[in-house]
Order: sequence, then C-alpha cells, then structure tokens
Amino acid sequence: MIRKIVLTTALSVLALAAPFALTASETGNVALSATETSHADAQAAADQNAGGHAQSHVTDVAFPFEGPFGVYDRNQLQRGLQVYTEVCSACHGLKYVPIRTLGDKGGPELPAKQVRAYAANLAPVDDPETGESRDRKASDFFPKSSDPQAPDLSLMAKARKGFSGPYGLGVNQLIHGIGGPEYIYSILTGYTGKTKEQAGKTFYQNRTFPGGWIAMPPPLQKGQVEFADGSPNDVPHMAKDVAAFLMWTAEPKLDSRKKTGFLAVIFLGILATLLYLTNKKLWAPIKRKQTRL
Amino acid sequence: MSGIPHDHYKPRAGFEKWLHSRLPIVGLLYDTLMIPTPKNLNWMWIWGIVLTFCLALQIVTGVVLAMHYTPNTKLAFASVEHIMRDVNGGYMLRYLHANGASLFFFAVYLHIFRGLYYGSYKAPREVTWIIGMLIYLLMMGTAFMGYVLPWGQMSFWGATVITGLFGAIPGIGPDIQTWLLGGPAVENATLNRFFSLHYLLPFVIAGLVAVHIWAFHTTGNNNPTGVEVRRGSKEEAAKDTVPFWPYYVIKDLFALAVILAVFFAIVGFMPNFLGEPDNYIEANPLMTPAHIVPEWYFLPFYAILRAFTSDVWIVQIAHFVSFGIIDAKFFGVIAMFGAILVMALAPWLDTSSVRSGKYRPSFRWWFWILVVDFLVLMWAGSQSPDALGGWMPAISLLASAYWFFYFLILLPLLGVFERPDPLPATIEADFDAHYPAADLAEPAE
Repeated sequence: MIRKIVLTTALSVLALAAPFALTASETGNVALSATETSHADAQAAADQNAGGHAQSHVTDVAFPFEGPFGVYDRNQLQRGLQVYTEVCSACHGLKYVPIRTLGDKGGPELPAKQVRAYAANLAPVDDPETGESRDRKASDFFPKSSDPQAPDLSLMAKARKGFSGPYGLGVNQLIHGIGGPEYIYSILTGYTGKTKEQAGKTFYQNRTFPGGWIAMPPPLQKGQVEFADGSPNDVPHMAKDVAAFLMWTAEPKLDSRKKTGFLAVIFLGILATLLYLTNKKLWAPIKRKQTRL
Repeated sequence: MSGIPHDHYKPRAGFEKWLHSRLPIVGLLYDTLMIPTPKNLNWMWIWGIVLTFCLALQIVTGVVLAMHYTPNTKLAFASVEHIMRDVNGGYMLRYLHANGASLFFFAVYLHIFRGLYYGSYKAPREVTWIIGMLIYLLMMGTAFMGYVLPWGQMSFWGATVITGLFGAIPGIGPDIQTWLLGGPAVENATLNRFFSLHYLLPFVIAGLVAVHIWAFHTTGNNNPTGVEVRRGSKEEAAKDTVPFWPYYVIKDLFALAVILAVFFAIVGFMPNFLGEPDNYIEANPLMTPAHIVPEWYFLPFYAILRAFTSDVWIVQIAHFVSFGIIDAKFFGVIAMFGAILVMALAPWLDTSSVRSGKYRPSFRWWFWILVVDFLVLMWAGSQSPDALGGWMPAISLLASAYWFFYFLILLPLLGVFERPDPLPATIEADFDAHYPAADLAEPAE
C-alpha cells in the first residue's frame, strides 16, 4: 500500500521519469493479474505473443523486484536458495557469488550464524593460501559447477533475455523487462515430457530452450522441496522462487541501485526546474518578454 | 582570438597584471567563456555540452574502474564481478560507464546530424568538421576496445570479428591483424593492449576536443539560419549575439539536467537494456554465440559492412576490375570506412551556397530520408541475414546505397539544381521575427 502511494506521488511529481515509471508499474500490474490466473493461461498467452521466434516461449512472471520501485522479497530469496541448494547445486555452481553476501541487506538476509553454517555444509575448498583442503568459510565463494556440462548460474538471469520483439527491436523489453528470470522460470516449467536419444545422450523437449531439446533432465518435481514456511511447492512456484534467487545472485545490488537512481532523478528534476526558471528569467530581456517571476 | 569582435579581458589589480604579463591564462578563459554566440541558437545546439560532460564522466568513472579491474584473460571477467559486488558503489560506476558510452554516442549522432542539417560543415568550418570526424573515429575505437575489457562472449567474438576486418585487406592484412592482436588470435596480449589504448585514447579525444572548440571559436558558431554574424564593429556584432556566459551556459546546463534525469533513470532502473545478455557469459574461444551483434551505436556501419555480399553486381565488378584482389569481405570493409569518409568529405561534396537546410526545400526531404536511412541501417545491423523472410540483405543494401547516394550524388547536384528560399538578412532580423518587439513601450525590468 505504502509503495503504491509513493509510486503515485512520484509519478505526479516526476514528469521526467514518468515514461519509465509508468511502463514499469503497468508491467507489474499486468503480470500480476497474469499469474493470479492459472499458470496454463499465462503460458498460453506467452505462446500467443511468441510470434514464431524460437526463443520467445517465455512466460512473463510477476516478480516483486520488477519496476522502478520493486525490491527483492527476502522470503522468496530464502526459498529460492533452498531450491538451489537442494536441487540445482547437484550440478550447477555459483562461482562468482561470495557466500557472505547471503547475509547482505537487500538479499536473502540470513543471520550471520546461519551463513557460517551454510558455508560449512558446502563442499570443502582448496585454501588459496596454503593449497590444502579445508571447510568452506563465509568469506569463500559458492562452489563451481560439479558437472562440467552444467553452466555456472551466478549471472544466468542477466545472460539470457526473454523478450526481444517486435522485429528484433527489443522495444517490448520496456514493458516486460529483459526477461532473464522469466527465461529461467520458463525453462524449468517448459518440459513437454518427450525425450530423444542422440549420439548416446538423452535430450528432453523444452518449449523455451532454443532448438527445442535440452540436455538437462527436468530438475523439479512437485513437492520435491519442503519449505519451512509452508509455501506452495509445486513446480511453477519452486521455479519462480529459484528464478528470483538467481536474479539476486546476478544482480545483488538491485535495491540500492534503484534507490540511487530514484534519488538522482529527483535531484536532477529539481535542478532542471530551477535551471529552467533561471534560464527563462535570464533570456526574458533578450526576447523582450515580461517575466512573471 | 580572431573572429567576432568583442571586449577582451583587461587585467585590473596588481596581481592580475603581474600574471597576465607572464601567462595570459585568465584572458584565455575569459575570451573562451565570453565568446559572442548567435542569439538564435535552438535546442539542437546543446549536444556539445552533453558530449563534453560525457567525456568527463567516462574519464572519471573509467579511472576509478581501472583501479579495480584486472586486464588478464583469466581474471578480467571475475574482476568485473568484483567491481559489481564488492567495490563500494562499484555497480553504479560500471553501469554509469557502460551506459555513459551509449549517451555519448546518442549525443554525438544528434550533434553530427545537426551539423548535416544546418550545414555547419561548410566553409569556413571545414576544419571543425574534420576534427569532429576524427573525434568520432577515436570514440568508436575507444568504445570498441572498452567493450572487449569485461571479457564476455560478445567482447571476445566482437574483437575477433572486428580485428578480422583488417585481416581482409589484401596482402598485408593478416600481418596487420596479427600486429593489432599481438598474436595469432584474440588472447591475453590483445586484452592488455586494448586496456592500455582504452585508457590512452580518451585523453587524445580530450586534446582534440580542445582543438575542435578552438576552431569554432575562431570561425564563430553556425546558427539555424546559417547567416553569419555581422563583424563590422563590436556594436554590430552585439546585435546578432549574446555572450556565451551566462546565456548559453545556463541554457545548456538546463538541457543537460533534463538529459541526465533520463540517463539516471535508465542507469537506475534498466541498466542492462542497451547491453547484450551474452556479455554476462565469460569469453569462451571454443563456443561461438548464435548471433555476434555489436553495440547499438555501431549497428549502422556494421549493416553497411555486411550489405555488400559477393552476389551484388558492384562487388562482382570490383572483383573483376581488380583482378580478384577486392573480394566481398574487403569490399564490405571499404564500404564501412567509406561511409564515414564520405561524411567527412561533406564540406567539399555539398555545392550549395546556402548553409541551413531551413532554406533548402528539396534538401530537407533528402536529409530526413537520410535520418530514416540511418535508423533502418541501425535496425538492419542487429538482425540476422535470414530475418524478415530473407529480405534483410536487400534492405541493408538499399539503405547502404542511399547513404552513398546522398553524399556522393545528391549533395553535389542539389547545390546546382535547387532553388533555395530567401534568407533572412541578419541573425537579428530572424530573431526579431520570432520575438517581435511589440511590448517595447513597457519599461524593461
């Protein structure tokens, strides 16, 4: 509610940022209603929008971090961390993410004790100083992918785009966002159940993956992860949570970035107004106009 | 400084006189800041200050980024992540720097097209124009090398493709390519020299900017009418001009504040919108991305590079006439650099005695087609050749052809055949037509 008030006030104050704020906030609302209806509906809508592009079977998901005022949902990030830990981390790594950042503000915000315990539970690390194997500490990084075929997920949410139309102009990103987390969500929920054998390897049909066949077996099954807060643990919900978590691993400073951007725009808006009035008064005698200041 | 007559700095107090007789730096600053500027400049004359700001922004953020960046193929990508995650405000520095490059090119394109429309390149401002083109070339070189530094997939493959252009030069090409790369392929030596040059070139640009400003302060600014400021006497010149300070300083700062508000909204709310997602994947020499696409500001010229394929008749003629030395690839390279060259030669290709497009009825149409052409090329450059049902190469070729047609054929011919509209007698007359002296009877404030 408060966020909505801030949003409307800011919109009326900020003529300059209005185009951005407007598109982003509308996105949130549209997407919200999409997920409130059933997942299948959203998928169908995405398929309709796809327009024949191989990569565009991407569902637009409403994430809390979207729009100029969107921030991460701590509980969602913690659930996503759990999904990553119990499922994804069997093959995938997060080698650019320091474990200590799990306790950072604007992230999952685990208490320091839990962060240390989490680090100690991970695979041991070769100490960079001594070269000897030891338990992982909070100051270390997450392990890298244990399966060499599995890509590192640290930046995955920024390394993929979900939307690129129309005609490859990328204008729809202004409405939907770039769509990295949506891409991850759509991959995880996009399995059709069909498989094929090729060169001795099994491939799984996926609506979102470019080319349609992916080497990763469907990672999520209904009820696979038991959340402490009793949140729903069907595949779409788990996919959404882990996609949000991977957005955080890719962009941990999103909250403070938006705050900085917002302050800068406010400041520049005021500065521009003052300069506009100064300029008007300054030029009035040259333009032989009466000033009303 | 020569040019428009105006009051010069006179040292008054003792210290001022002492310094002025030894180093007339205050006088130089005074004359630069107080230069008489045509009083009818419109909002397209603000891009100079935006560009100066961009250069300063890029240098300041770049110097700090360089303190935390490691130019080594094994460490570069991780060091950028270190900047994004651990350095205080590092994420903001990097996003400002990356999007700052986009603002820089956005402003330079508007600045260049302003010059093309109002004939700012014409005598006596050819040197200003040529130096501007040199700055633009250096900007492209700097931006390209800067894009290689994060060592993502697009960095690596972009560097491979662009340095490969030099390899297309017959005979000495492969040697030049090896010399540029510091080895047979894009590798650590390449990254190191690109980092060094990426740090060096902005200061060369800064020097050229000073010369650019010096040149147009000597000739005086062009203006929307293209009519020169009267220079018979100080009084006459003062009727056409206002001093740069405070009139244009305040106006330009206002424009800058508005543009920066939009810029900061992009940096704050959608910093990766203009970037390519593939560059968040660490460079892998064994895996070629599906589409190698340069940043948006290179796309028009990238489209021209790709437009001339071996099935185009002009390429086949060149191939035949040059006994096979000029193949399609080399032709594309010539076309790409040629596209910038013909633009640089505009002062000598344009035969019209009228500067401003405002008074050239046919020219105006062709100019706006050129603007659309530029945007079409930008879009074409981002598309794969088989997009749009295979019509993409034909669109690129047509758009490239128009670019050359405009500069090489239209500009020379229009000057001969076009009948320009009557020009205002003076800048003052033009200004007064906009701001009539109706309420002069009322006392001025």
